[in-house]
Amino acid sequence: MTSTKLKPVDVVVVGVGVAGSIICKELATTGLRVVGLERGRMVDPNKDFVMPYAHDEFRNDNRSDLIQNLSRETVTFRNAMNETALPMRDIGSFRLGECVGGAGVLWGGLTWRFLPWDFETHSRTVERYGKQHMPADCSNQDWGLTYEELEPYYDQFEHIYGVSGKAGNLEGQLQPGGNPFEGPRSREYPNPPPPTTYAGHLFGKAAQSLGYSPFSTPTSGNTQLYKNPYKQVLGQCMRGGFCSSYSCAKGAKGSPLTAVVPSLKEHPNFELRPLSNVIKINLDSDGKRATGVNYIDANGQEFEQPADLVILTSYAFNNTRLLLLSGIGKPYDPISNSGVVGKNYSYQAVGSVKLFFEDKVFNGFMGGGGLCTAIDDFNGDNFDHSGLGFIGGGYLVVNSRGAAPIHSHPVPSGTPGWGSEWKKKVAHYYDRSFSISSHGGCQSYRTNYLDLDPTYKDANGLPLIRMTFDWRQPDHKMSAHITKKAAEIAQAMGPSKMSQHPVTGQYNITPYQVNHNTGGAIMGADPSASVVNKYLQTWDVPNVFVIGASAFPQNSANAPTGTVGALACWTADIIKEVYLKRPQSLM
Amino acid sequence: MSESDLFQGHAYLFFKPHEVRFVDAAVARIIPADDLGPGAKEAGVTRFIDRQLASPWGTSSRQYRLGPWQPGSPRQGNQSPLIPQEIYRYGIQDMDRYCLKEKGKSFEFLSADVQEALLKAMESGQIELNTISCKKFFSLLHKNTIEGFFSDPMHGGNHNKIGWRLIGFPGVAGSAYPDWLGRYNEPYRVEPVSILDIEQGKVSLDAEGNPKHIFINPQ
Ligand SMILES: Cc1cc2nc3c(=O)[nH]c(=O)nc-3n(C[C@H](O)[C@H](O)[C@H](O)COP(=O)(O)OP(=O)(O)OC[C@H]3O[C@@H](n4cnc5c(N)ncnc54)[C@H](O)[C@@H]3O)c2cc1C
Ligand code: SF4
Repeated sequence: MTSTKLKPVDVVVVGVGVAGSIICKELATTGLRVVGLERGRMVDPNKDFVMPYAHDEFRNDNRSDLIQNLSRETVTFRNAMNETALPMRDIGSFRLGECVGGAGVLWGGLTWRFLPWDFETHSRTVERYGKQHMPADCSNQDWGLTYEELEPYYDQFEHIYGVSGKAGNLEGQLQPGGNPFEGPRSREYPNPPPPTTYAGHLFGKAAQSLGYSPFSTPTSGNTQLYKNPYKQVLGQCMRGGFCSSYSCAKGAKGSPLTAVVPSLKEHPNFELRPLSNVIKINLDSDGKRATGVNYIDANGQEFEQPADLVILTSYAFNNTRLLLLSGIGKPYDPISNSGVVGKNYSYQAVGSVKLFFEDKVFNGFMGGGGLCTAIDDFNGDNFDHSGLGFIGGGYLVVNSRGAAPIHSHPVPSGTPGWGSEWKKKVAHYYDRSFSISSHGGCQSYRTNYLDLDPTYKDANGLPLIRMTFDWRQPDHKMSAHITKKAAEIAQAMGPSKMSQHPVTGQYNITPYQVNHNTGGAIMGADPSASVVNKYLQTWDVPNVFVIGASAFPQNSANAPTGTVGALACWTADIIKEVYLKRPQSLM
Repeated sequence: MSESDLFQGHAYLFFKPHEVRFVDAAVARIIPADDLGPGAKEAGVTRFIDRQLASPWGTSSRQYRLGPWQPGSPRQGNQSPLIPQEIYRYGIQDMDRYCLKEKGKSFEFLSADVQEALLKAMESGQIELNTISCKKFFSLLHKNTIEGFFSDPMHGGNHNKIGWRLIGFPGVAGSAYPDWLGRYNEPYRVEPVSILDIEQGKVSLDAEGNPKHIFINPQ
């Protein structure tokens, strides 16, 4: 196809979601000509997300048009290298964003920082337990970036999204009510923590009675009116449920659309171009410099957008796929264990404990916006792993996200799946039940990876990304361990019935799990073992930066977006302060 | 059952009359009318499914549909080229044929017990159908029944908010939630409000734009 060549710009940003919108904003303030290319459509919260329609579970959750349209592009999947990967034909295990704002329009607002341990899982494990404690075939590596370095940027992101929470560690001083295991933070959250639900309260009390330290998780569902550093005003969360997988009609959820995108209007040097699907990064003849990107618009026309600096913020899958399609970096080969692009794809292993009561009602339909009570006692390396056969762990959490009626039918084990008996149990337990999630991380393994599918193509005839992924024994052991701890806390609440559901068996792409896909363009200190350096700049082509959870060398147990936002702030800063003055490799 | 509990009938966009009878009968077994109140048939779930089949979803408009089509492992998810319209049309045709041959009557004319046993057999994959997997047909029927019973009545099911009344779900959220969150173990039970109610002007809104909920006695 011939493409129309457009006027050159200074910076092109590919994908305008959580990371992309911040990069666009921060670089637009320098006066550079910045173009944001987003494959999805423009949405206007004031017109697209309005009451009462925002509370239509069926249309927003079961039939969402803000989730990637798989008829045009999907991923292929297999559990192991000796299988044939097949396309994910329907939405299942995870949801991918596709509109201005990306998945950040749909997200649940749980805004974690990673533990300091998460950045150095390899060296800290070897240091504390010895080399033999690392699971066989585990390909974890240190980030090359530490929590301390990223801390100011976590703080910046939290102030952009107006996160509500309670600090647990202020400059090394433990704070009552917060998470005592978190890394030291430089100041409090911008907004006070949300109220605790009844389910969260019972969980907290039981956890405390067993000697653990419960806290309210940080959330981007704002507790009060808040004006952010970009002068955007965020509303107050009404805890109406319909939050995760929904777009907020109250302007209360920190998201690209509430916190960042509207402020881009004040920069005449910035242009947002929705419905622009980037298919390739163009390189000069010796492959050492990017010259811009090509994209296809809604009418099927192809354009070339020349630019001096290319920044990929198109989520873990397409960040990796665009590098592979463009020949940037050496593709990873698990057999020879060489190459880097596609390496260390990871996910999260989430189990649960279900609790049923006869004498308690929870008004479970109230909630939303990351309204959770959690403990971190079994996360990261917060407990002794000697002899356990795994590293890492997870947080235990009661997530009061709002029990929506199509999706919430908790029934005790042994109840039939339909008929009168099922109906009776659903009627009785819908509001007399809740669950504790045992939200585990996932380490990286040599044969969990991404590459280009040899058979299946997208609507433009380009290869889909192929995921090869399965749980390993240490993931099972970890999930069994932390789910058992959750069950002990559950027991202390005295439910009439309960059941445990750790992660077992093989990874299955059909049931909904988490939207936290990581790796593929990982960061590190060694160019032969990572795609990007600690500034998220590709080792091979210094004017290409790749930002997102694609950079995580392994997955933390915590939801990624706090860290994705912090990385965007970190990279924007280094580009502004250092790279623009000397546009070459930063390492 | 009061008059307003009864779904009043409907003209269909996709289903043929015999298909309406099949679906009515099947959904009435999946969520039956019983001493707890009306079931899926009374909630208009057949109309809900009919509307869905006539929508872009009925032709899998957002599904990845390029070949090759290969069965794969169950963990790789649905790999069948059949679209929902075909699953219902062929599934009902196949089931009718099966019931006539094995039971002498089509599905809707069999007793509730026999229907239930047939659905169980479908669910566990024990019926050999001509074109499609009985398990796949059952699983779609089951999923759509739940959706139709519990979604906002604007989509054609959950008539008179039967599904929401059953579980005590209030519908569109009210302004009191942030305060009520702290009232532990106090049931918040109201006359449920649907989007349809609001659009029909049956419920008034407060200054925040949320419906004014009317409290009822908790069950
Ligand atoms: C239902 C749901 C709930 C979630 N809840 C939480 C939570 O509570 N806490 C948490 O931390 N995280 C949560 N997440 C995850 C969170 O949304 C993501 O981590 C975050 O959005 C990632 O930011 P990103 O910028 O990398 O990607 P996105 O925000 O998804 O943005 C990527 C953008 O790139 C665009 N794009 C992709 N390919 C191309 C291309 N070729 N050309 C042009 N544009 C392209 C996409 O359309 C998209 O808009 C949730 C996600 C979902 C779906
Ligand atoms: S729960 Fe709060 S943040 Fe979430 S959609 Fe509702 S008002 Fe918005």
